[in-house]
Amino acid sequence: MESKKYLDDIASIKTMMNKSSRFMSISGLSGILAGIYALIGACAAYIVLGDQQLSTIGREYAPVSRLINIYVGHPSGTKLALIGFTVLCAAIITGVILTRKKAKKQGERIWDSSSKRLIYNFAIPLCTGGAFCVILLQYGLIGLVAPTTLIFYGLALINASKFTLGDIKFLGIANVIIGLVSTQFIGYGLYFWALGFGVFHIIYGSIMYNKYERNL
Amino acid sequence: MSIINNINKAFDHRIRLGIMSVLMVNEKTDFKELKELLGATDGNLASHAKALEKETYIVVQKSFIGRKPNTSYSATRKGKTAFKKHIEALEKLLGNN
Repeated sequence: MESKKYLDDIASIKTMMNKSSRFMSISGLSGILAGIYALIGACAAYIVLGDQQLSTIGREYAPVSRLINIYVGHPSGTKLALIGFTVLCAAIITGVILTRKKAKKQGERIWDSSSKRLIYNFAIPLCTGGAFCVILLQYGLIGLVAPTTLIFYGLALINASKFTLGDIKFLGIANVIIGLVSTQFIGYGLYFWALGFGVFHIIYGSIMYNKYERNL
Repeated sequence: MSIINNINKAFDHRIRLGIMSVLMVNEKTDFKELKELLGATDGNLASHAKALEKETYIVVQKSFIGRKPNTSYSATRKGKTAFKKHIEALEKLLGNN
Protein backbone atom coordinates (compact mmCIF):
# COMPACT_ATOMS: atom_id res chain seq x y z
CA MET A 1 0.00 0.00 0.00
CA GLU A 2 2.59 2.51 1.18
CA SER A 3 5.13 1.45 -1.40
CA LYS A 4 2.62 2.05 -4.17
CA LYS A 5 2.43 5.66 -3.07
CA TYR A 6 6.21 6.01 -3.00
CA LEU A 7 6.45 4.46 -6.44
CA ASP A 8 3.94 7.01 -7.71
CA ASP A 9 5.96 9.77 -6.05
CA ILE A 10 9.17 8.72 -7.78
CA ALA A 11 7.38 8.44 -11.12
CA SER A 12 5.83 11.87 -10.81
CA ILE A 13 9.17 13.43 -9.79
CA LYS A 14 10.77 12.00 -12.94
CA THR A 15 7.91 13.13 -15.18
CA MET A 16 7.94 16.63 -13.74
CA MET A 17 11.71 16.98 -14.09
CA ASN A 18 11.53 15.93 -17.73
CA LYS A 19 8.41 17.86 -18.61
CA SER A 20 9.71 21.10 -17.14
CA SER A 21 13.15 20.98 -18.71
CA ARG A 22 12.73 19.13 -21.99
CA PHE A 23 10.55 19.82 -25.00
CA MET A 24 9.26 16.38 -25.88
CA SER A 25 6.95 17.05 -28.81
CA ILE A 26 9.55 17.01 -31.61
CA SER A 27 7.95 14.93 -34.33
CA GLY A 28 9.78 11.93 -35.77
CA LEU A 29 7.63 12.02 -38.88
CA SER A 30 8.93 15.49 -39.68
CA GLY A 31 12.46 14.05 -39.50
CA ILE A 32 11.56 11.50 -42.17
CA LEU A 33 10.03 14.15 -44.40
CA ALA A 34 12.98 16.53 -43.89
CA GLY A 35 15.29 13.70 -44.97
CA ILE A 36 13.22 13.09 -48.11
CA TYR A 37 13.27 16.81 -48.97
CA ALA A 38 17.04 16.82 -48.50
CA LEU A 39 17.46 13.88 -50.86
CA ILE A 40 15.25 15.54 -53.50
CA GLY A 41 17.28 18.73 -53.04
CA ALA A 42 20.55 16.85 -53.40
CA CYS A 43 19.32 15.25 -56.64
CA ALA A 44 18.24 18.63 -57.99
CA ALA A 45 21.62 20.13 -57.08
CA TYR A 46 23.37 17.22 -58.78
CA ILE A 47 21.42 17.83 -61.98
CA VAL A 48 22.06 21.60 -61.85
CA LEU A 49 25.76 21.16 -61.22
CA GLY A 50 26.28 18.52 -63.89
CA ASP A 51 29.97 17.86 -64.17
CA GLN A 52 31.09 21.39 -63.40
CA GLN A 53 32.80 22.07 -60.11
CA LEU A 54 31.87 25.01 -57.94
CA SER A 55 34.62 27.50 -58.67
CA THR A 56 36.89 28.44 -55.86
CA ILE A 57 37.83 32.05 -55.42
CA GLY A 58 41.51 31.41 -55.15
CA ARG A 59 43.79 31.62 -52.23
CA GLU A 60 43.23 35.29 -51.59
CA TYR A 61 40.98 36.58 -48.86
CA ALA A 62 37.70 37.93 -50.24
CA PRO A 63 35.46 40.38 -48.41
CA VAL A 64 31.83 39.31 -48.07
CA SER A 65 30.63 41.73 -50.77
CA ARG A 66 32.98 40.19 -53.35
CA LEU A 67 31.86 36.77 -52.24
CA ILE A 68 28.26 37.62 -53.01
CA ASN A 69 29.23 39.00 -56.44
CA ILE A 70 31.14 35.87 -57.37
CA TYR A 71 28.29 33.72 -56.16
CA VAL A 72 25.63 35.58 -58.12
CA GLY A 73 27.90 35.61 -61.17
CA HIS A 74 28.31 31.84 -61.06
CA PRO A 75 26.05 30.09 -63.63
CA SER A 76 24.48 27.74 -61.06
CA GLY A 77 24.80 30.00 -58.04
CA THR A 78 21.25 31.30 -57.90
CA LYS A 79 19.72 27.95 -58.79
CA LEU A 80 21.64 26.22 -56.02
CA ALA A 81 20.68 28.91 -53.53
CA LEU A 82 17.05 28.51 -54.53
CA ILE A 83 17.19 24.73 -54.05
CA GLY A 84 18.80 25.10 -50.65
CA PHE A 85 16.32 27.72 -49.56
CA THR A 86 13.31 25.67 -50.74
CA VAL A 87 14.50 22.53 -48.94
CA LEU A 88 15.14 24.48 -45.74
CA CYS A 89 11.72 26.20 -45.81
CA ALA A 90 9.87 22.97 -46.62
CA ALA A 91 11.64 21.15 -43.76
CA ILE A 92 10.99 23.92 -41.23
CA ILE A 93 7.33 24.38 -42.19
CA THR A 94 6.67 20.61 -42.08
CA GLY A 95 8.51 20.39 -38.76
CA VAL A 96 6.48 23.19 -37.18
CA ILE A 97 3.14 21.81 -38.39
CA LEU A 98 3.81 18.23 -37.27
CA THR A 99 5.37 19.28 -33.97
CA ARG A 100 2.40 21.47 -33.24
CA LYS A 101 0.10 18.54 -33.93
CA LYS A 102 2.07 16.24 -31.65
CA ALA A 103 2.21 18.88 -28.90
CA LYS A 104 -1.55 19.25 -29.07
CA LYS A 105 -2.02 15.50 -28.70
CA GLN A 106 0.31 15.40 -25.70
CA GLY A 107 -1.21 18.49 -24.15
CA GLU A 108 2.08 20.37 -24.35
CA ARG A 109 2.41 23.96 -25.44
CA ILE A 110 4.60 24.55 -28.48
CA TRP A 111 5.96 27.91 -27.40
CA ASP A 112 6.99 27.71 -23.77
CA SER A 113 10.26 28.08 -21.93
CA SER A 114 11.32 24.51 -22.75
CA SER A 115 10.94 24.98 -26.51
CA LYS A 116 12.61 28.39 -26.37
CA ARG A 117 15.53 26.92 -24.50
CA LEU A 118 15.75 24.11 -27.05
CA ILE A 119 15.88 26.50 -30.01
CA TYR A 120 18.40 28.75 -28.27
CA ASN A 121 20.76 25.89 -27.52
CA PHE A 122 20.38 24.45 -31.00
CA ALA A 123 20.96 27.80 -32.69
CA ILE A 124 24.25 28.74 -31.03
CA PRO A 125 26.45 26.00 -32.56
CA LEU A 126 24.46 26.15 -35.81
CA CYS A 127 24.94 29.91 -36.30
CA THR A 128 28.61 29.60 -35.36
CA GLY A 129 28.95 26.95 -38.06
CA GLY A 130 27.14 29.14 -40.58
CA ALA A 131 29.43 32.07 -39.89
CA PHE A 132 32.46 29.80 -40.08
CA CYS A 133 31.34 28.53 -43.51
CA VAL A 134 31.22 32.10 -44.79
CA ILE A 135 34.78 32.55 -43.53
CA LEU A 136 35.86 29.37 -45.34
CA LEU A 137 34.35 30.74 -48.55
CA GLN A 138 36.20 34.00 -48.00
CA TYR A 139 39.47 32.09 -48.08
CA GLY A 140 38.33 30.02 -51.04
CA LEU A 141 38.21 26.79 -49.06
CA ILE A 142 34.97 25.71 -50.68
CA GLY A 143 35.69 22.01 -50.30
CA LEU A 144 35.53 22.28 -46.53
CA VAL A 145 32.07 23.86 -46.48
CA ALA A 146 30.10 20.60 -46.71
CA PRO A 147 32.10 18.88 -43.94
CA THR A 148 31.79 21.98 -41.76
CA THR A 149 28.01 22.16 -42.12
CA LEU A 150 27.72 18.49 -41.16
CA ILE A 151 30.04 18.84 -38.16
CA PHE A 152 28.38 21.94 -36.75
CA TYR A 153 24.89 20.59 -37.41
CA GLY A 154 25.89 17.48 -35.49
CA LEU A 155 27.26 19.56 -32.61
CA ALA A 156 24.05 21.61 -32.57
CA LEU A 157 22.02 18.40 -32.25
CA ILE A 158 24.24 17.09 -29.47
CA ASN A 159 23.85 20.37 -27.60
CA ALA A 160 20.09 20.36 -28.14
CA SER A 161 19.75 16.77 -26.95
CA LYS A 162 19.85 17.91 -23.34
CA PHE A 163 16.64 19.84 -23.87
CA THR A 164 14.52 17.39 -25.86
CA LEU A 165 14.34 13.66 -26.57
CA GLY A 166 17.82 12.44 -25.65
CA ASP A 167 17.96 10.16 -28.70
CA ILE A 168 18.68 13.12 -30.95
CA LYS A 169 22.25 12.96 -29.65
CA PHE A 170 22.93 9.87 -31.76
CA LEU A 171 21.87 11.66 -34.94
CA GLY A 172 24.27 14.42 -33.92
CA ILE A 173 27.19 12.06 -33.31
CA ALA A 174 26.55 10.34 -36.65
CA ASN A 175 26.62 13.69 -38.45
CA VAL A 176 29.84 14.80 -36.73
CA ILE A 177 31.52 11.52 -37.71
CA ILE A 178 30.59 11.65 -41.39
CA GLY A 179 31.46 15.35 -41.38
CA LEU A 180 34.97 14.47 -40.25
CA VAL A 181 35.21 11.55 -42.67
CA SER A 182 34.10 13.75 -45.56
CA THR A 183 37.06 16.09 -45.01
CA GLN A 184 39.15 13.29 -46.51
CA PHE A 185 37.00 13.13 -49.63
CA ILE A 186 36.88 16.72 -50.81
CA GLY A 187 34.74 17.10 -53.92
CA TYR A 188 32.19 14.54 -52.81
CA GLY A 189 30.47 16.96 -50.43
CA LEU A 190 27.08 16.53 -52.06
CA TYR A 191 27.08 12.77 -51.45
CA PHE A 192 27.96 13.23 -47.80
CA TRP A 193 25.29 15.89 -47.50
CA ALA A 194 22.72 13.52 -48.97
CA LEU A 195 23.85 10.87 -46.49
CA GLY A 196 23.88 13.14 -43.41
CA PHE A 197 20.90 15.37 -44.03
CA GLY A 198 18.92 12.88 -46.11
CA VAL A 199 19.48 9.23 -45.23
CA PHE A 200 20.35 9.76 -41.55
CA HIS A 201 17.24 11.87 -40.98
CA ILE A 202 15.02 9.26 -42.56
CA ILE A 203 16.54 6.48 -40.43
CA TYR A 204 16.42 8.57 -37.26
CA GLY A 205 12.88 9.81 -37.95
CA SER A 206 11.62 6.25 -38.54
CA ILE A 207 13.14 5.03 -35.29
CA MET A 208 11.65 7.95 -33.34
CA TYR A 209 8.28 7.51 -34.99
CA ASN A 210 8.17 3.83 -34.07
CA LYS A 211 9.38 4.48 -30.55
CA TYR A 212 7.22 7.44 -29.54
CA GLU A 213 4.44 8.24 -31.97
CA ARG A 214 2.94 5.11 -33.43
CA ASN A 215 0.96 4.36 -30.31
CA LEU A 216 0.05 7.94 -29.58
CA MET B 1 14.26 3.64 11.37
CA SER B 2 16.79 6.07 9.97
CA ILE B 3 15.32 5.69 6.50
CA ILE B 4 11.89 6.66 7.73
CA ASN B 5 13.42 9.74 9.32
CA ASN B 6 14.65 10.90 5.94
CA ILE B 7 11.16 10.83 4.46
CA ASN B 8 10.45 14.52 4.61
CA LYS B 9 6.96 15.52 5.63
CA ALA B 10 7.39 18.86 3.88
CA PHE B 11 7.38 17.07 0.53
CA ASP B 12 4.47 14.79 1.32
CA HIS B 13 2.06 16.26 -1.20
CA ARG B 14 1.77 15.99 -4.95
CA ILE B 15 2.00 19.75 -5.55
CA ARG B 16 5.00 20.25 -3.27
CA LEU B 17 6.74 17.27 -4.80
CA GLY B 18 6.03 18.81 -8.21
CA ILE B 19 7.33 22.25 -7.26
CA MET B 20 10.58 20.79 -5.97
CA SER B 21 11.01 18.50 -9.00
CA VAL B 22 10.66 21.41 -11.38
CA LEU B 23 12.99 23.63 -9.38
CA MET B 24 15.65 20.92 -9.16
CA VAL B 25 16.20 21.04 -12.91
CA ASN B 26 15.35 24.68 -13.59
CA GLU B 27 17.26 27.61 -12.20
CA LYS B 28 14.10 29.61 -11.84
CA THR B 29 10.46 29.09 -12.79
CA ASP B 30 7.66 31.62 -12.70
CA PHE B 31 4.31 31.18 -11.04
CA LYS B 32 2.29 30.88 -14.22
CA GLU B 33 4.53 28.21 -15.67
CA LEU B 34 4.49 26.17 -12.46
CA LYS B 35 0.74 26.40 -12.38
CA GLU B 36 0.44 25.03 -15.90
CA LEU B 37 2.99 22.28 -15.35
CA LEU B 38 1.37 21.05 -12.17
CA GLY B 39 -2.21 21.65 -13.14
CA ALA B 40 -2.84 23.51 -9.90
CA THR B 41 -5.08 26.44 -9.09
CA ASP B 42 -3.65 29.82 -8.04
CA GLY B 43 -4.55 29.42 -4.39
CA ASN B 44 -3.45 25.83 -4.22
CA LEU B 45 -0.04 26.52 -5.68
CA ALA B 46 0.45 29.66 -3.60
CA SER B 47 -0.26 27.89 -0.32
CA HIS B 48 2.04 24.97 -1.07
CA ALA B 49 4.79 27.31 -2.26
CA LYS B 50 4.35 29.26 0.96
CA ALA B 51 4.87 26.10 2.99
CA LEU B 52 8.10 25.31 1.18
CA GLU B 53 9.20 28.90 1.53
CA LYS B 54 8.68 28.72 5.28
CA GLU B 55 11.10 25.81 5.43
CA THR B 56 13.50 27.94 3.33
CA TYR B 57 13.56 25.19 0.71
CA ILE B 58 12.63 27.69 -1.96
CA VAL B 59 12.91 31.45 -2.36
CA VAL B 60 10.52 33.83 -4.05
CA GLN B 61 11.60 36.64 -6.33
CA LYS B 62 9.11 39.30 -7.19
CA SER B 63 9.87 41.53 -10.13
CA PHE B 64 8.18 43.41 -12.93
CA ILE B 65 8.11 42.43 -16.57
CA GLY B 66 7.08 45.71 -18.14
CA ARG B 67 4.25 46.74 -15.88
CA LYS B 68 3.14 43.23 -15.00
CA PRO B 69 4.23 41.84 -11.65
CA ASN B 70 6.01 38.54 -11.96
CA THR B 71 6.60 35.99 -9.23
CA SER B 72 9.26 33.37 -9.72
CA TYR B 73 10.65 30.64 -7.53
CA SER B 74 13.99 28.93 -7.20
CA ALA B 75 15.23 26.16 -4.92
CA THR B 76 17.76 26.95 -2.20
CA ARG B 77 20.78 24.79 -1.56
CA LYS B 78 19.12 23.57 1.61
CA GLY B 79 15.99 22.66 -0.36
CA LYS B 80 17.95 20.77 -2.99
CA THR B 81 19.85 18.77 -0.38
CA ALA B 82 16.66 17.97 1.52
CA PHE B 83 14.89 16.90 -1.67
CA LYS B 84 17.79 14.66 -2.71
CA LYS B 85 17.68 12.99 0.70
CA HIS B 86 13.93 12.56 0.31
CA ILE B 87 14.31 10.87 -3.07
CA GLU B 88 17.08 8.60 -1.76
CA ALA B 89 14.87 7.61 1.16
CA LEU B 90 11.99 6.83 -1.19
CA GLU B 91 14.22 4.69 -3.36
CA LYS B 92 15.64 2.83 -0.37
CA LEU B 93 12.18 2.12 0.94
CA LEU B 94 11.16 0.74 -2.43
CA GLY B 95 14.34 -1.32 -2.66
CA ASN B 96 13.67 -2.91 0.73
CA ASN B 97 10.18 -4.06 -0.11
